[in-house]
Amino acid sequence: METSILIFLPLVAGLISFLLPDNRAKQFAFAASLAEFAYSLVLLLKFNPQDTLAYATSVPWVKSMGISFSVGMDGISILLVLLTTFLIPLIILSSFRKTFANSNYFYGLILIMQAALVGVFVARDAFLFYVFWELALIPIYFIALIWGGENRKKITFKFFVYTLAGSLLMLLAIIYLYLQTPNGSFDIQHFYAIGSSLSSTDQALVFFAFFLAFAIKMPIFPFHTWQPDTYTVTPVQGTMLLSGIMLKMGIYGVIRWILPLVPKAAQTYGTLVIVLSVIGIIYASVIAIKQKDFKRLIAYVSIAHVGLIAAGIFTMGEESLQGGIIQMLSHGINVVGLFFIIDVLFDRTKTLELTSLGGIRNVAPFFTVAFIILLFSSIALPFTGGFPGEFLLFVGIFQYNPWIAAVAGVSIILGAVYMLSSFQKIMLGETNQLTSGFADLFTSEKLVLIPIIILIFWMGIYPDTFLEISEPAVKALIKGTGTSLSLK
Amino acid sequence: MKTLILTALLGIVSMLSEIFGFRKYLWTILVLGLTGVFCVNLSELNYAIQYFPNMIVFDHYAGVFAGLILLMTLIWFFISKDQYDSNEFNQADHYSLIMFAVTGSIVLVSFTHLAMLFLGIEILSIPMFILAGSRKNELSSNEASLKYFIMGAFATGILLFGIALLYGATGTFNIHEIALIASGNSESVSVLFYTGVFMVMIGLAFKVSAVPFHFWTPDVYQGAPLVITAFMATIVKTAAFAAFYRLFNTSFISLLPQWESTLSVLIIFTILTGNILAVYQSSVKRMLAYSGIAQAGYMLMTILLSTYESQNALILYTSSYALSTLCAFAVLHYVIKIKGSDTFEAFTGLGKSHPLLAVIMVISMLSLAGIPPTVGFFAKFYLFSAVLQQGYLALVIIAVLGSLVSVYYYFKVIISMYSGESETDSVQLTVINKAILVLIGCLIILLGVTPGLFIDVLKSLT
Repeated sequence: METSILIFLPLVAGLISFLLPDNRAKQFAFAASLAEFAYSLVLLLKFNPQDTLAYATSVPWVKSMGISFSVGMDGISILLVLLTTFLIPLIILSSFRKTFANSNYFYGLILIMQAALVGVFVARDAFLFYVFWELALIPIYFIALIWGGENRKKITFKFFVYTLAGSLLMLLAIIYLYLQTPNGSFDIQHFYAIGSSLSSTDQALVFFAFFLAFAIKMPIFPFHTWQPDTYTVTPVQGTMLLSGIMLKMGIYGVIRWILPLVPKAAQTYGTLVIVLSVIGIIYASVIAIKQKDFKRLIAYVSIAHVGLIAAGIFTMGEESLQGGIIQMLSHGINVVGLFFIIDVLFDRTKTLELTSLGGIRNVAPFFTVAFIILLFSSIALPFTGGFPGEFLLFVGIFQYNPWIAAVAGVSIILGAVYMLSSFQKIMLGETNQLTSGFADLFTSEKLVLIPIIILIFWMGIYPDTFLEISEPAVKALIKGTGTSLSLK
Repeated sequence: MKTLILTALLGIVSMLSEIFGFRKYLWTILVLGLTGVFCVNLSELNYAIQYFPNMIVFDHYAGVFAGLILLMTLIWFFISKDQYDSNEFNQADHYSLIMFAVTGSIVLVSFTHLAMLFLGIEILSIPMFILAGSRKNELSSNEASLKYFIMGAFATGILLFGIALLYGATGTFNIHEIALIASGNSESVSVLFYTGVFMVMIGLAFKVSAVPFHFWTPDVYQGAPLVITAFMATIVKTAAFAAFYRLFNTSFISLLPQWESTLSVLIIFTILTGNILAVYQSSVKRMLAYSGIAQAGYMLMTILLSTYESQNALILYTSSYALSTLCAFAVLHYVIKIKGSDTFEAFTGLGKSHPLLAVIMVISMLSLAGIPPTVGFFAKFYLFSAVLQQGYLALVIIAVLGSLVSVYYYFKVIISMYSGESETDSVQLTVINKAILVLIGCLIILLGVTPGLFIDVLKSLT
């Protein structure tokens, strides 16, 4: 019941927002998303991490096909749901100084997107999962298409087709698994039972069908080509949705729908994925150094960070899984903050060209502090949110294979290079014509950045708050996959 | 049976309206009449009764399809109203022809005798030949009519030849008796019989516009008046599929291995050709014609299946296709009225100038492309799982690739609607027009969100 409310509250609010007058939608959407956040927070406080499935509901949906509306949360799900409900109000707040044409549709789509995202994180039925997975794509597509920048038609279309192609293969795999279940069921537990008993070739096929869908969404090298363009062209709130939350769908998909489903194939082909991810990390970091546009730079940085999480998760160790989960949270929060910084920069100077900026530090102290904290968290300095996740991920990868960890470790240095050099170009040096009139952050902008900064330090100083919630779920997951692996 | 008689009666009433001068009320009479027939049809759903010794049967299959056809016709009446209110066409004649075509469709969904199959096709086709040419002064409309007539007559000829051969081989016209002979003893099945099966297949493939018998479709769809095209693409196609499925699934399913590969090749070519050619169209009307061909490919897959699910899959898919296509044609109808053109450019800026039309068109395109939460997605999903269950993996993969291609041309419409500015002034739609569009849109979403209702009702019927 509780989980269903989390899904339907934003959905209904989104539909209401469509009907509201243009100038009211903003406040309404913000209020709705705050209510959703408050409710999810209550659920988190009452949540017992030892529960394998809390707040569960299961209602038959299409009875004759064994499809049910089955939702529930474990420690992993609830953290990602919280990430979503925490970020959406900030994303809406970040747009307060702007006016979009037809803003009732704009905010309505964001809220519907939220419903779909929460749905993805809590679905316990493969069909339901797929429906939410696809549903999440539609609002963001329209946000990018209607309110996007130059050349958006081609870019958003590429994004849509690319992600849909992956999903369709996943749909085939889901149907295939469904046909294998004895009584015809889409229930996740039945899927786990069937998946791990498949022959190794079948497991491999299912693995790749799912993996492609998730890899495109994350994206992992070499399936990332849609991402930089889409991030650049989408309005910044859309980019925040894409990078902050939507790419977590892919990682969550791996944790929930690949590792326990086809553990043997995940083990066999894990190395391949890890190698691809590490290539992606280095590749994206090198390209990021070369970028002239700051938004594009952050888009590539995002590929590098996600690559590390993917690599860690496929090692299937407890440290790296825990690290992956906390890194998802910190990356989500961090990247939304960075894109907000970008939005503020663009709002004031109308350019994101690194070379034409400079000297902002002299005129906007609060902005500088916020930026530098986000930047340190992004390169995983101790005591910032990026550190515990990255540390645990490296520990996990090192245990898996020290050489891979060594190569991936280069990214730490590269990360410092691109982040610090862009900071230098934007903030330091002489104040020029463009930046001399740079106004420091307004109250509504501070309100976006302060919660983000608080969380960054919280995660960096006391990550246990978050790790404790997901630990039992991660242990259960490892135990589950471990048993089915040792049976083989 | 009452359904059939009442529909034919409505056709006669339409003809009389001219003589007795109640033409003004004809539209209302027909809409009320169709609603009545629909209710009568619902009351007959649970029985299976034979009429005219073994010529026609009204079982739940016939009932569901007849209900679907009646519902589509009702929606069609609402969409086409303003077209016929202008005095361009002779209203009474057109409406009577439409009602006779509907009568033919109902024969097609309920036949058990091959002669009735032939009669049904003729009753359906002859009004359509006339209606396709109803813009007498337009060259393209005349071309459409002539092309449709020649191709249609040719196909009917082949079909009739096939039926004659089947009769020669088995000595009966009854589809159940043919089924018995076909399944009884494979040695008694002669070459004559197989030739008959293939000729019937070709004849019906013409009617459902499967590749390579599709050449008439784009030209006829484009040349005919838009409302007639909408009728052909939805109601006529539904009836043709119902007939195709009933005949093959009843009579020839035991010989599946013999015609399986032929039909599979037909399906593959239909899906690929339809989808790929649709990409290159610049007119939305023509694009919808090719999309209809591609969708026919998906629906043909059900004919390969012997399971009970395949019937539900066909019903679900045809409903979803017909509803979404009718919706698309309705929007196109208004767009042509506003802009005077049916190209993709005509849709530019529609999102700003007519938000309602644009949203409805988005729903329809998403449904045709098979994206949740529309009924098109669930129909595709149900169909693919039924086909996969029978082990036709390659077919499903081609179908999936096909629907990926289809996203390109369906989204071309969406993209043009939400980019650029519209130059023409906005036209106000009437409340009824808006209501019917919203109704179809909601129906597409509602069936997509609660497909269980539909499927469970279908299952409970047996």
